[in-house]
Parts: sequence; C-alpha cells; structure tokens
Amino acid sequence: MTKRTSTKTVQVNPAKSGWKRFVKNNIGFFFILPWLIGFIIFRLYPFISSLIYSFTDFQLFNGVSKVGLMNYEEIFASKKIMKAFSVTFKYAFITVPLKLAVSLFIAYILNFKIKGVNLFRTAYYIPSILGGSVAIAVLWKAVFRDDGLINTALAFFGVDGPKWLSDPSYALFIISLLRVWQFGSAMVIFLAALKNVPVELYEAAAIDGAGKGRQFISVTLPLITPVVFYNLVTQLCQAFQEFNGPYIITQGGPRNATTLISLLIYNSAFKTYEMGMASAMAWIMFIILTIFTAIAFISQKYWVYYSDDEGR
Amino acid sequence: MLYGKKRTIVTILRYLILIVVGIVMVYPLLWMVSATFKTNNEIFSGIGLIPKKITFDGYKNAMKSYGGDINIVKAMLNTYSYVIPKVVFTVASSVVTAYGFCRFNFKGKKLLFTVLISTLFLPQVVLNVPQYVLFNNFGWIDSKWYLPLIVPTLFATETYFVYMLIQFMRNISKEMEEAAQIDGCNVVQILIKIICPMLKPAMVSCALFQFMWSSNDFMGPLLYVKTPARYPAAIFVKLSMDADTGFDWNRVLAVSLISIIPSLIVFFLSQKNFVEGISAGSVKG
Repeated sequence: MTKRTSTKTVQVNPAKSGWKRFVKNNIGFFFILPWLIGFIIFRLYPFISSLIYSFTDFQLFNGVSKVGLMNYEEIFASKKIMKAFSVTFKYAFITVPLKLAVSLFIAYILNFKIKGVNLFRTAYYIPSILGGSVAIAVLWKAVFRDDGLINTALAFFGVDGPKWLSDPSYALFIISLLRVWQFGSAMVIFLAALKNVPVELYEAAAIDGAGKGRQFISVTLPLITPVVFYNLVTQLCQAFQEFNGPYIITQGGPRNATTLISLLIYNSAFKTYEMGMASAMAWIMFIILTIFTAIAFISQKYWVYYSDDEGR
Repeated sequence: MLYGKKRTIVTILRYLILIVVGIVMVYPLLWMVSATFKTNNEIFSGIGLIPKKITFDGYKNAMKSYGGDINIVKAMLNTYSYVIPKVVFTVASSVVTAYGFCRFNFKGKKLLFTVLISTLFLPQVVLNVPQYVLFNNFGWIDSKWYLPLIVPTLFATETYFVYMLIQFMRNISKEMEEAAQIDGCNVVQILIKIICPMLKPAMVSCALFQFMWSSNDFMGPLLYVKTPARYPAAIFVKLSMDADTGFDWNRVLAVSLISIIPSLIVFFLSQKNFVEGISAGSVKG
C-alpha cells in the first residue's frame, strides 16, 4: 500500500464551500438515501394512504364517492367479519404458544450433549425453509385429506380418523399445525440463546440442590427471556397475517372455520376491488397487532431479563 | 445428582423424543417423494415409502403444459427470473444502507434509525392495498419484468436484512478501515474493498434467506402476475392442485416436489449459513 496521507487530508478545507462541507459531514446520509426514498414511496406513502382509504368507499375502478366511518360501521355490524377476527385470534392463540413451546422444548433437549445434533437440527429446520411454499401447503392437504396419510396411519391402528379438513372443529387446528411444524427457525434462535447460558450457573444451582426442572425454571428461562420475547413478537406478527395456509388448503372453509381476516381483506381488495373496505379491515388488524406488540414491549421490563452489556 | 441407571434412561428418553419428532418433521417430505413414483390408486392406500409399482407418470404428466402457455419448467424459469434480481438488489441495497447507518454520523441519524427499526414491525397487511393501487398507477401490474416484485428491493425495503447486516457490521473492527483511510481510500472504496470481504458471511446469509422467501412467496405473484405465461412456480403449483386434486395426485405432488428442488439443493449446500444467519439476526452479539 502506498502512503499518500498528507495530500488527502489537506483536501478537507472547511472554508471551501458550504455544500462540500455538508456532504463531507453527512456522507452517511447519502448511503442511506436509497433506503429513505424507498421507505417513503413503498412504505410511508402506502401506510398513510391506506388509513385515508379506510375512511372512503374507494373502489379501484370507480374512485371515491363517499367519505366517512361507514366501512368501520359495516365491519362492526357484520357477523361474518367479526367471526373472521375471532377466528384470527383463535388461530394466533393456538399457533404461537404451541410453536414457542415445541421449539423451546426441542432446543432444550438438543442443548444436552447429544450425538448428531447437526443432523437433528437440519431435519427440524427443513420444514421452516420450505414450509411457506405452496408445495408444502399441497402436501399438507394430501396428508390431512379424508383418506390421507394421517387417516391411513390411524386406520392401521383401527382408529377411524375424523375428516380433518372438512370438519369445522378440526380445520383451523390443522392449519395451525402447518405453522407449528415449521418451528425450526424459532428453535435455532432458542438453541443459540441456551448455549449462551453459563455452565457455572447450572453447577451453582445443582449444588444448591436444584433438579433439572427447577434449574430450567430458575436459571435457564430467566436468562433466555429476551429471545422468548423476540420469538413471541415475530411469531405473533406472522400468525395474525397468515394467508397462504387457509387460502391454499381450505379456501377459508369449512363453513368459514378457517376464514382468517387476511382472507377477507384479500377478497374485498382483489376480488371486488373495494379498496376502502379492505383498508379499514387491514387497519383494525394493524391496531390489534400494535396493541399486542406494545403489550409485549411494555411488559418486557417485568419479565425480560437483559444482562448488563445490553443497550450497546 | 443422577445415578447411573436413571441417567441412562433419561438419555434414551431424550434420543427417543428427538427421533420421534425428527420422523414427524421429515416423514411427510419423504412420503411426498415416494408418492410421486406411486400410481394414483396406491398413493392413499398405505403409509409406506416404497412404491409397489414404480411409475413415472407423475413426472411425465407434470411436464405437460397448461393451455399451451405454461408448464412447470417455464414456471420455474419465471420464478428465478425475478428471484435472482431480487436477491442481488436486496443484498446490495441493504449493505449500502447498513454501511451508512453503522459507520457514519449525520443529521437525523437517530430518528431515521428508529424509523428503520419500526418498519421491522410494519405488517405487510396494511400495505398490500395501497401498494397495489400505487403499482397500478405506475402501470406495473402484470409487468413483463415483474417490476412490483423487483423494484422495491433496489431500495432496501426489507429492513430485516439491513438490521441483520448492521448487527454483523458492528462486530467488525474499524482498524482496517482507518488504515485504508490513511492510505487514501475513499468511503466507497472502503465499503467495497474492506467491509464487503469481511461482511461476506452475513451477505451470504441475507442472500440465502431472500432466495428462500422470494421463491416461496405466493402473495406477491398472486397480486401482480396475471398472464398465465408469466406465472411463477408458486402460482403454477396452486393451479395444478386446483385442477387435479381428487384424481391426479402423483402429478400434483410431482409438480410440487419439482418446484422445491432448487430450494432444497440450496439449503443442503448452505445449511450452516442459515443457522448462523438466524442466530446472528436475532441474538445480539
């Protein structure tokens, strides 16, 4: 490397021109400028306009003729839409806790000295990578068909399996299971956190007479709460917006048992082009999601433990 | 303390759980592979993996085209014709943005960084409708070049990747950069010659995740691709399922399996990066 130090540093001449100095002092701003432009066009503008649309009867090909709260009034008066909200809640409250519990449990076991950890981890992780694809939704349909893999297996044991996807009392659960089955990425995050828990703490707890279960509750769990929190928030966001599963596998049926709010938003926006109505539903969804995220964030000071090197 | 015998039982129990869960995770996929070689009569008659009579009809029929416009091969070419630009643009724009936030001070940085982080939590569900209207005004719906899917990635709109890269970049020591600066490198040269080589593992992780997510993406093409000849694999698989369920399952499953083969190959070639990428993006170093 050649040394040309002196010539380069002299170039910084504060008196030269205001613009040049501004560029010099704010050069980082120019690196983030593409993001900022993209944020304004593709995020901020749509975000604000959807709020505005939600107070109109905007239809893609007819424009706006009325302004007011009518979309919101209609939503709260509509049994179908309110049911979709409650189904969405049900879906999220089945999927998220189940997925977190399974992923934490498996990560906990994998964290012991297990031979072939990598093999297991890979096997558990594949569904997370492929699970969002249409192909896997198709597979799910084949597995839970009336004469699908599950019921064939049950029949082998002499059990007459229910109609998983056409019985309203099971269908939502099967759609949830598709997401729970993709616990791999949450598990990898838990596993990384578990590996960071200092061994000495377990040893100290063991000396104090704590069994494995007690150690888990008093040592492990408090130390990994930041990660529990992270997984909780991301999974909640994902669950409330679930679309592919119910759209592809059950089309919202049977008897609207799997009609999540995202399906209704899709239908009114892109089948009948009622953009105003769809935006209003999306905004209610957004507010609910924000409330949940806010609760998670505010409550974290009561249950999330951050070690003192946090906040860098 | 556990006694010898009890310890052995616990260990066996652990492996048992891991194996059972492993089977639950992998068996459906294996069954899918085997079902593509079974006759349609056999697919739902048992849970075994080995076909009684091997048939390639599923694959033969999978190659058939729909309405003369589209078949699985063409659909996959369509998929990767926008997935690959998306991956390249996402990584490039995210690295530039992360560099700006991580290595420089400028007016309003704190505020803008907060904005960046809050977009992590901005759900797509409120954006779909107005984005559609926006792209419609641009004349981008059903664009030949998949503009609505690709163009936003030029602007680092998927801030998850920016965030992940910032986490990595924070841990790269600044000494090299300072040395390069003394040697007369400008900020762009420093980014390309010093930061990028060191950031490579993180960039690979970003590229891999974007590759998987974009290949799997269903909603995007569902909204913005209307011409059958331009359908990507995600839409094509859905269509062939709608058309054929009930009778031609080996074909449907063969189409589905073919559509995920590139993702599977990429995953097996790069598993380590996925695991590291996930851990790094969430657990702060």
